[in-house]
Amino acid sequence: MALIAFYLMAAVTLVSALMVIMARNPVHSVLWLILAFFSAAGLFVLIGAEFIAMLLVVVYVGAVAVLFLFVVMMLDVDFVELKDGTLKYWPFAMLVGIVFAAEIVMASVFGVQSLPDSFDAAPGADTNAEAIGQVMYTEYMLLFQLAGIVLLVAMIGAIVLTLRHRPHVKRQNIAKQTSRRRGDAYELKDPKPGQGI
Amino acid sequence: MELGLSHYLAVSAALFTIGVVGIFVNRKNIIVILMAIELILLSVNLNLVAFSVFSGTIAGQIFAMLVLTVAAAEAAVGLAILVVYFRNRRDISVENVDLMKG
Repeated sequence: MALIAFYLMAAVTLVSALMVIMARNPVHSVLWLILAFFSAAGLFVLIGAEFIAMLLVVVYVGAVAVLFLFVVMMLDVDFVELKDGTLKYWPFAMLVGIVFAAEIVMASVFGVQSLPDSFDAAPGADTNAEAIGQVMYTEYMLLFQLAGIVLLVAMIGAIVLTLRHRPHVKRQNIAKQTSRRRGDAYELKDPKPGQGI
Repeated sequence: MELGLSHYLAVSAALFTIGVVGIFVNRKNIIVILMAIELILLSVNLNLVAFSVFSGTIAGQIFAMLVLTVAAAEAAVGLAILVVYFRNRRDISVENVDLMKG
């Protein structure tokens, strides 16, 4: 039963991964990418790694795929023209792919003695999330903090890269506003009657 | 036949190969190249989680979370660079990137 589910989800993952790189329209590519991530999350659930599966759906489908979709929609590019001439890269790409696959198969045929069949996604705990939580904030505290710093740097980098100040656009300058004094704004005059200023 | 580690390694290897082929096929479209990189990172995650679960140690899943973090950061910065590049050139074709004469 688990094997049938595995083959189904593995097939969906690989077919949608192929469609990601072959679709003519990048919007379709993004949608196939979402399907690939969903079925990969299914593969994770199958061996009990539920937490990573949920994380995959939240981070990839919720953030990364939406970001891709947003950028594809925002860029006003003729994507059909970009796809022209793709055909001439296929032979070289297939060569590279075959060499890669052959190397991986050779490494696993000659290098692997025996692979385990039994799995345990929650060693020393009741659930997978509990097992992760037990070590994440203790043993791997430093890695956890570093991951946070990576995200912070990426956020600052993305903002700094895309922020721009256009000329001729009125902007609020709060420091200038709050440092105004009464004397800068108006002046008291004492006009004599019948003379004006 | 039981569901084993070899099944997951096979899927992961195929996914990795698809990602590498995708980079070479879509030489012009940098968005699809970024998506192919995401596929490669997904295959890495699949490997890490499969090894972690089948060997009964939790460390691989922590590392998978770190890979996920780096993938998200990479996508954000990569797409930001892409947006700035498009603003300057009105075009995202990778073939025309020869400003630095590298």
